[in-house]
Amino acid sequence: MQLQPTQEQDLVVNMVRRFVREEILPLEMNLDPDADQLAEEDEDRLKSMVKDMGLYGMGIPPEYGGPELDMVTRTLVAIEMSQHRAGLYAPCYGVFGGAGLAQLFEANDDQKERYLYPTLRGEKKGFFGLTEPSGGSDPARAIQTKAVQDGDDWIINGSKIFISGADRADYGLVFVRTSRDKGRGGITCFIVDTDTPGFHVRRIVHTLRSANYATELQFEDMRVPAKNILGEVNKGFAIANDRLSRQRIPYSAGCIGVAIKAHEMAVEYSKIRETFGAPLSSRQSIQWMLIDNEIDIQQARWATLEAAALADRGDPFRKQAAMAKLISTEGASRVVDRSMQIHGGYGVTKDFPFERWYREMRIRRIGEGPSEVQRHIIARDILGSGLR
Amino acid sequence: MAVRLEKPWRKLVQEELGSVHGQMGVFQLANADHEIIFIGFAGGRSLFGLKGELQEHLGSADSFRLEITTAYKTRHQELLMVHFADHGHYPVLNTAEETRGLGRLSP
Repeated sequence: MQLQPTQEQDLVVNMVRRFVREEILPLEMNLDPDADQLAEEDEDRLKSMVKDMGLYGMGIPPEYGGPELDMVTRTLVAIEMSQHRAGLYAPCYGVFGGAGLAQLFEANDDQKERYLYPTLRGEKKGFFGLTEPSGGSDPARAIQTKAVQDGDDWIINGSKIFISGADRADYGLVFVRTSRDKGRGGITCFIVDTDTPGFHVRRIVHTLRSANYATELQFEDMRVPAKNILGEVNKGFAIANDRLSRQRIPYSAGCIGVAIKAHEMAVEYSKIRETFGAPLSSRQSIQWMLIDNEIDIQQARWATLEAAALADRGDPFRKQAAMAKLISTEGASRVVDRSMQIHGGYGVTKDFPFERWYREMRIRRIGEGPSEVQRHIIARDILGSGLR
Repeated sequence: MAVRLEKPWRKLVQEELGSVHGQMGVFQLANADHEIIFIGFAGGRSLFGLKGELQEHLGSADSFRLEITTAYKTRHQELLMVHFADHGHYPVLNTAEETRGLGRLSP
């Protein structure tokens, strides 16, 4: 078992760490504390730097022009990328690009031409539309948006909520019920163009987070051609499910990065801040907070890297991804809370990043499947699939 | 919460700003015909919050209305998008950088 990063991984991690510290942090000093994007010229400049580093679109396979780093390296990089104020929901303000919707790599040739390639060229943006007002924890049963076949088309009616990026997207993957089957068997994934009549982004759903906000969608007699079905009719849930498990690993990594930065700041502050004639770091109550931070970070790091290593080997990783998500979101929440406490009054001001991390980190215990669902996934693995 | 900001317009004069405090939030400025000419926010770096931001605009608009919110960034983006959906353009005093990358709403 290899518990050490390779030389190549070390090189990449150090390069990204330097990039965050030398390029992102100085720019962030002059942005609004809730900012979610850089000025256009900075964004363009940094994107081109990332391309020169060979790290743009890290998850894109080489046959599509990307470097496709393995999951462990991507996890290590994601831990670095989130170590700044906006890092949780806007790591490096998006200048590292992304693979877009990885599900499109499984699309047919026509769909790849119309959606995947333009996305990889940066000409189109997509969104992922799964959660509905009826619930997001058990999407297979909660989906009520319906599609009814009409000749070569399907007519879709219903709504989605907590959907990120739909207002800026050109298309989206929308999961819809296409049969009377109440469970997983009746879900189909449609690729929907956002200029289709009947597609509406009704509002922003304002939450605790400052970046990458969510929206509420409504579909009114929206006519989508059958050629826009991704995969097969009634087999869309597998597409969603694969994405949910995979997504939990970078999701966890982002939390770990923020926790590391918060802890680093708390350690430094505890050494310089004096009370009653001695630095905070000399107080056992503070030392124990820092020790607990260290333990929470280490646990989260190993759990997440183990899930990533399993995914790289092609082994089952659903349970480990659930554990990583649970441990890292809950642990990082505690780290941010303790680090904020150590900073006292300054910790809750907008002069420091803790208040933003505190707000946004709270969502992480709910987003991408709440802690209770992660425990349910782990229980199902332990007790067998008979557990509903 | 309503998507549009529909509070009554108030005159943008020093006396009226006496009752505006230093919270974070969003505001709209209008001309004498109550056409929205600017949508702004008071954020974490605004000196004296909404009061300070509105004072900066004294003399540049006829009236204002505001909404206190800590979600000032997303609310600001939403109001700009709603304005675009209603009028087909952004308020005349908002810069291209402020509206860069905004999405589309159909409220």
